[in-house]
Amino acid sequence: MKMLMIVALLAANPAFAGDTTPADQIARFSAEAGQPADAARGKALFSANHTGGKPDTPSCTTCHTNDPRKGGKARTGKAIEPMAPSANPARFTDTAKVDKWFGRNCNSVLGRDCTALEKADVIAWLASL
Amino acid sequence: MRYILPFLLLATPALAGGDYIQPVTDPLTQAECSACHMAFPPRLLPSESWRKIVGNLSNHFGEDASLPAADAKAIADYLAGATKSAKTVKGMDPANPPMRITELRWFTHEHNGEVSAARKKKAGSMANCTACHRGADKGYFED
Repeated sequence: MKMLMIVALLAANPAFAGDTTPADQIARFSAEAGQPADAARGKALFSANHTGGKPDTPSCTTCHTNDPRKGGKARTGKAIEPMAPSANPARFTDTAKVDKWFGRNCNSVLGRDCTALEKADVIAWLASL
Repeated sequence: MRYILPFLLLATPALAGGDYIQPVTDPLTQAECSACHMAFPPRLLPSESWRKIVGNLSNHFGEDASLPAADAKAIADYLAGATKSAKTVKGMDPANPPMRITELRWFTHEHNGEVSAARKKKAGSMANCTACHRGADKGYFED
């Protein structure tokens, strides 16, 4: 029985066993914002230096680097897998994980929650790479 | 490991067989801590330290590492229960427990002069135990 379930899961979703997709997450946050996502705006937010957050993490790029198709590095020294789904198909496939990390990292970098539109924009940019 | 904290020695008789320190055995603690860094062995800090650290995850050494309250409580309970109270450690103030493993005396004794600038740069941070201690995540800290 267990084996059957695993086979069924693999067949349904060859790359990962998540509950969502990047496109679904963009749609979700766009709907919440009432506006379409804009990848260029997402890139600007991701790449900019911000001042409202914690001093050690002024930008998303502090840890994720300027090229999300490549891996980054946490302040602890731990490697971070690429953020772009083209380089890392597991990205944005787990709703709880998306919410958890936007919650943490927006606060670390911006000193506040990201708006729904900002989340839609950032995922739209990452998914476009 | 001569300068290791007394509570650590008392807690780990297996230490005699090498620099082994029981790693995290709780799956939730393992998963959440190791998302950003090796899940440090509970016995490296006293209970009071873990309570204070896990009680302030929204500002976790300069980053927001927030967790749902129930998860944070479960992790704090596990870590605090898997080590000793600061009350049992000579010279440690339970009301003002150490917040960083890297500031403990045995740690600085073990590492001062041992870690070159190049090595530290490669590791990224002194929190990255496995950069030099390859088996650290399994509890083995020999060089």
